Amino acid sequence: MPKERVGLVSEIPPGSNKVVTVRGREIAVFNVGGDFHALLNRCPHEGAKLSRGIIVGLPESEVPGCYQLSRPGEILRCPWHGWEFDLRTGKSHCDPQGLFTRQYKTSVERETSPDSCGDAGLTAETFPVIVEEAVVLVEV
Amino acid sequence: MTSVIESPSAGAVTKVDAGIIDCDVHPLPKDSKSLYPYLARSWQEHSEQFGTHLRQPFINTTQYPRTAPLICRRDAWPPAGGPPGSDLAFMQQQHLDPFHILKAILIPLFGNVASERNQDFARALATAHNDWQVAEWLDRDARLRASLVVTQDDPVAAVKEIERCARDGRFVQIMLAPRSSEPLGRRRYWPIYEAAQAYGLPLGIHSYGIGGHASTGGGWPSFYMEEHYATTMGGPAVMSSMVMEGVFEEFPALKVVLVEIGFAWVPSFAWRLDRLWERLGDEVPHLTRPPSDYIRKNFWYTTQPMEEPAKPEALRRCFDWLGWDRLLFSTDYPHWDQDDPSYAFKVKLSPAERKQICRGNAENLYRF
Amino acid sequence: MLRQANPFPKVDCDLHLTLPTTSELLPFLDDYWHEQVTSRGIDRLELTGDISNLPAAIRPDWRGPATLERVQTCALDAFDTDIAICNCLYGAQAVYNADLAAALCGAMNDWLVANWLSKDERLRASIIVPWQHPELAAKEIERRAPDRRFVQVLLMVLGDRPLGQRSMWPIYAAAEAHGLPIGVHAGSTYRFAPWTNGWPSYHIEDQAAQSVGFQTQLLSMITEGVFKEFPKLRVVLTESGVTWLPSFLWRIDKLWRGLRMEVPWVKRPPSEIVAEHVRLTMQPFDGPKDPQIVREMIEQIGEEMMLFSTDFPHWNFEQAEFAPTGFDADLMNRLRTGNPLKTYPRLQETS
Repeated sequence: MPKERVGLVSEIPPGSNKVVTVRGREIAVFNVGGDFHALLNRCPHEGAKLSRGIIVGLPESEVPGCYQLSRPGEILRCPWHGWEFDLRTGKSHCDPQGLFTRQYKTSVERETSPDSCGDAGLTAETFPVIVEEAVVLVEV
Repeated sequence: MTSVIESPSAGAVTKVDAGIIDCDVHPLPKDSKSLYPYLARSWQEHSEQFGTHLRQPFINTTQYPRTAPLICRRDAWPPAGGPPGSDLAFMQQQHLDPFHILKAILIPLFGNVASERNQDFARALATAHNDWQVAEWLDRDARLRASLVVTQDDPVAAVKEIERCARDGRFVQIMLAPRSSEPLGRRRYWPIYEAAQAYGLPLGIHSYGIGGHASTGGGWPSFYMEEHYATTMGGPAVMSSMVMEGVFEEFPALKVVLVEIGFAWVPSFAWRLDRLWERLGDEVPHLTRPPSDYIRKNFWYTTQPMEEPAKPEALRRCFDWLGWDRLLFSTDYPHWDQDDPSYAFKVKLSPAERKQICRGNAENLYRF
Repeated sequence: MLRQANPFPKVDCDLHLTLPTTSELLPFLDDYWHEQVTSRGIDRLELTGDISNLPAAIRPDWRGPATLERVQTCALDAFDTDIAICNCLYGAQAVYNADLAAALCGAMNDWLVANWLSKDERLRASIIVPWQHPELAAKEIERRAPDRRFVQVLLMVLGDRPLGQRSMWPIYAAAEAHGLPIGVHAGSTYRFAPWTNGWPSYHIEDQAAQSVGFQTQLLSMITEGVFKEFPKLRVVLTESGVTWLPSFLWRIDKLWRGLRMEVPWVKRPPSEIVAEHVRLTMQPFDGPKDPQIVREMIEQIGEEMMLFSTDFPHWNFEQAEFAPTGFDADLMNRLRTGNPLKTYPRLQETS
């Protein structure tokens, strides 16, 4: 599958996401603690943009009244009805088999480019610099 | 007629009917002083010095913490600032334009006018809400319609406000709170119903209000999940009271729209009332017909939050039992549990059925 | 001891007796409470919230005192019933003094044994408990549990507080430990207005409110985690109305998906929890006249969910019909025998 460039790693700090449109499909790429996960940006329930949801942990309990919050930053609550999705799989917490959003494979690669220093004209002498930067790619 | 439009929320091209009437949209003021231009100086002072006086523990928030700030969907905060529902341009861009909404009925809940204990202040607030709707909304977008805000605990003042506003045909219903001081069928409220019938204005009874009674007959529950359901049960509370007190014998042309109080509970509740009436009907001799007859003739229901049975066809049967002509599409924009018209119905509807619910029924009821 | 040789008994899961006045309970009260009751005239504790006290709600041919003889003739013999569960709603469950409540509930249970359970082998009863004070209620359950003719613990649907709240849990712990389902019966102690909008004018409206009360109370038991904490507990909604169940479950299953973070111990869709832990007696069914729609409703509800009840002497049957319109013979057999035996472990015991 062709890889599409999402953006620089530095553009998507942990806990944030970037939305890209690839061949008409809106894809939200989330940085989950340094890992990048790409989901179709549409809640399978009523179509809300998942990129507008909030990133939270997973509340769990084995005993009524005892609360645990696990997996901080790995759960997305839909901006509308609050249904929870696992950012690592795209599956909904309450109905993982029946309700999920499409997931895409991501990768991080090094990209080299000439230094894009734009004020060259203001200096008497410039030195060409090659920088190596990490970029996020998504397979669509 | 249908057309293909871009649904911004879906991020995909979705086929929806060309032309929807949205029977439940919530406007909010930009800030706490937004109503001041419509309040006398003395009431502005009162607002500063005393604020509201409600039958609930908190001054600035609801009894139960909601699922999201201001009960709103998280993507509805206007980029230009202010709370969701406070920026007409953003509402147009996010909601009215993309869904091809022909008419949207505003339901301003924020002032808790129906529940304010200080009746003089409530009267001033009701008038301010109505003038604010005209100036800030109706005059700025021809698609908008308003709900007439009244002091339901002071029906004499309510009738005066109805007489003042009803001249403006853009007020399309009278707004009441189901969580009222007393059950809404009781005779103290009848002057409002007399005026509603006389002006041909339906009652829009939207799930809200702080009547001072526990939210369930068994007391105050612990969780918002329970409170959310308990507010829905304000629907049968209103229906039972209005039917059993004989409101529709006295005002046969009165139309009642239950807004955001569900609809799937209605068939079984109507059956229950009929069975009870068969045995205990002597207690309410003023009823000349089974309760389900009044329900079928005098009540309408907005659709949000849509029911999603595991077997979608059960929803179709529910519509059959309710009457397809009774359902009015609503989104509840910008609240968290709102419905998107492209996705709301999990059962397959024919274009004619869809048009009836999303547009036709409201056109008939509100005479658009 | 019990004699229940018939492996396929026909069970009536809800019938009612004419209750004693407090003075008839004097033989079962200790000296202090005996003197309190007599010297203060503590009597006539009939409940506003019990439909038994509404003459118009009694089936016309079943009116008059529900004495043992009348119960035997009209409720047991007439329906060929092998086992019947007596549910008594009594003022003891509504007084505000929890100690008085405990004394009267204890006396009431003694009275049931002496005047009913010991006089007809077909009769079983629900334990009446001072639920105003759940620890005292649990003590009463402990005291009665050895008598196997008590087959469940009786609560009313509308009382001091939402039924799921943790302060109620001593009752559920004791009930679960002894294999006793909780029977939640229609009725109110009027601590709160029947409706969220206050006090309606008519009895018929109070009755209409009951089925809504059942919905909010069942939701309380689910959200508070009663069935997580007490995984073997069964709840029998008695005289609750039945047809509200499907649409109630649609709504709370959907709510759970968005709000389960508030109650993370609720790990399954509420409809699954209800299917496992909750049953409903079939009177009143609150169905339509059209038998086809009744059959559709039964399919939505699930045949396994309902238990047969006459609700004697309340007037919930259509005319004198044995089964409501749309209920066929196979279904009635299931409701009368299979479902009750699975719900009430003690009904399967033979001596």
